[in-house]
Amino acid sequence: MSTTSEVSAGELTLGAALNAGLRQAMADDESVILVGEDIGALGGVFRVTDGLRAEFGDDRVIDSLLAESGIVGTAIGLALRGYRPVCEIQFDGFVYPAFDQIVSQLAKLRARSGGRLRIPVTIRIPCGGGIGAVEHHSESNEAYFCHTAGLRVVACAGPADAHWMIQQAIACDDPVIFYEPKRRYWDKAPVEPGPVPPDAPALDQARIARPGTDVTVIAYGPTVRVALDAATVAESEGRSLEVIDLRSLSPVDFGTLTASARKTGRVVVVHEAPTFCGLGAEIAAEITERCFPLLEAPVQRVGGWNVPYPPARTEEHYLPDLDRVLDAVDVTYQY
Amino acid sequence: MTDLTDVPTTPADLGVAPMRLLGEDGELLTGAADAAVTAELTRGLYRDMVLARQFDQDAFNLQRQGELGLWLSCRGQEAAQVGSIRALRASDHVFPSYREHAAALCRGLRPAELLTQWRGTAHGGWDPGDYRFHLYSLVLSTQLLHATGYALGVAADRRREPGVDEIVLCYFGDGAASQGDANEALNWAAVTGAPLVFFCQNNQWAISTPSAAQSRTPLHVRAAGFGLTATVVDGNDVLAVHAATAAAAARVRAGGPPEFIEAITYRMAGHSTSDDPTRYRDAEEVERWERRDPLARVRLLLDARGWAGEEFHTALKEEATALSEATRAACRALTPPPLEDTFRHTLAEETAALRAERERYTEWRESFA
Ligand SMILES: Cc1ncc(C[n+]2csc(CCOP(=O)(O)OP(=O)(O)O)c2C)c(N)n1
Repeated sequence: MSTTSEVSAGELTLGAALNAGLRQAMADDESVILVGEDIGALGGVFRVTDGLRAEFGDDRVIDSLLAESGIVGTAIGLALRGYRPVCEIQFDGFVYPAFDQIVSQLAKLRARSGGRLRIPVTIRIPCGGGIGAVEHHSESNEAYFCHTAGLRVVACAGPADAHWMIQQAIACDDPVIFYEPKRRYWDKAPVEPGPVPPDAPALDQARIARPGTDVTVIAYGPTVRVALDAATVAESEGRSLEVIDLRSLSPVDFGTLTASARKTGRVVVVHEAPTFCGLGAEIAAEITERCFPLLEAPVQRVGGWNVPYPPARTEEHYLPDLDRVLDAVDVTYQY
Repeated sequence: MTDLTDVPTTPADLGVAPMRLLGEDGELLTGAADAAVTAELTRGLYRDMVLARQFDQDAFNLQRQGELGLWLSCRGQEAAQVGSIRALRASDHVFPSYREHAAALCRGLRPAELLTQWRGTAHGGWDPGDYRFHLYSLVLSTQLLHATGYALGVAADRRREPGVDEIVLCYFGDGAASQGDANEALNWAAVTGAPLVFFCQNNQWAISTPSAAQSRTPLHVRAAGFGLTATVVDGNDVLAVHAATAAAAARVRAGGPPEFIEAITYRMAGHSTSDDPTRYRDAEEVERWERRDPLARVRLLLDARGWAGEEFHTALKEEATALSEATRAACRALTPPPLEDTFRHTLAEETAALRAERERYTEWRESFA
């Protein structure tokens, strides 16, 4: 059944790596089914499910009705029946009609049942801006879901990791909100398609994307690339940045973060969502509580401004870029 | 069919007469023989309704005594619930709303399990797997989508294993039908052909809002518009509800499209124990429905036909008294579980973050010991 051999080792885009991960998960477990708008013949608007219907049939790659609450609500029912539905929400800004099903139903059924029910639903959401899209197509809504206990929230940043993370998310017995950075769908990197190797980080672990000694830069999803670029520039200026790819946004792997913060004493958190009530605020607070005596400066946050995501022609002024990250790094030296 | 001019035709003219097998004076109407109405069936349905009413009354009293925080009475809706659930097989799956106590008892749920949520000792109360009766839903209409998804899973299983013949039934109210989720579910089920029976208990009121203010079209007409096979039935006639549900269930089981049953019934008590129904409905209306009591009607039939003797009624009374005692004792014995359990049940495996927070909580609590 497995057709992973069709995908040759080498470079893959993040989108293709996710596709291969979905294929692997479907081959490994018959109960995995994909549900979403236009994911069948079209392969999804970002083509992440490309070819999967031809391979697994329309019983397992289901073109849903145009109804987000319905996608998540029926996925809950399917999960209760023993299936592992993987939902695709077409764009970040269209998840809101399903908000009740996610935060009031999906997140809570396990606790409500005293741990008796298992709701292994994965909800894939292409997230963030940077592709010149129209309104409601560039949102970062992770904070809403991180605030709800009972959900796991993760964000992939690069092809190889995405390939494993999607498999881990599907295999997880908890509901997982799975963010895919849409402006990174076409980024390429070497990927060895196949099952998750034993030494891959667990779904709830952060990963040191680039070791360093002077400043810890924490990023996730689309901003990991930004942080890595900032680290390259900083190096030429004589500063060594340690870049951490958070991967799991809920729960947060504070062990890895605080170990790095203790080492460097300087921390910058970067995300696309507005900083107000964002994940960066939580991370800054927790690191301050745990590492206060060892910090050289307050934890800095770099994020979107607290305005609605702006029109495409102005998004470059909204999205945190390399310069804003380096500025924040500079600030940590001013104390 | 009997003259139904007296049956309410809210929200607008129903267009068709609700199906009825039992007249208001307890006489059997045309069609009862076809529906295989027997003494045994009637006795069984009557018993279940009597026990449900007893349980409901006890729970109501327990709320008044401060033992329950809230109670949503199902008085008046016993026929709609007992008639429908008794037409299913034990292997069929039921997704309730929050007022389906009579149906729940028929599924074998214990009083303690049904009371936990209202006493505030749990948010669930029972294992849905044990009874094929899912947890109550307090957010209106969410369960219609869960039922649809579950039914889609059944359909998928059926394609793989031809032996699978379960169906799904989902309860909801007339007010809930206004929600987006309800409309998404009706449409989704119709398009996918999910093996599902939607069972709407139109009890005339959504808290203080009458059905007529919720919908311009009768609900079964709306359901038919989505492409579902729709039936309207006198929801206070347990035999008619049983026959209609049995017929719908058989068609769905045989592979037919999803079905919709609208049972015209009445909520005799307030919406909940916190509600004051006298503010929005008049005594005359309540009295009119009192005369259509679903239990009294069956009792007339049983007595007229000699289908249940004194012995049956005495034994049933004893059974009801025993249930009543058990309910009160079970309620008082319900104690809250430690909050620690919630940390453990939030995710499949407690994460480091949850464990740390649980330990912090425990330490704080123990500092008072
Ligand atoms: C989404 C949502 N909105 C509001 C409420 C508050 N509420 C609880 S019951 C109810 C009326 C429901 O009426 P109906 O569906 O006819 O069911 P009934 O209570 O009559 O059985 C309302 C408004 C709710 N539970 N969920």
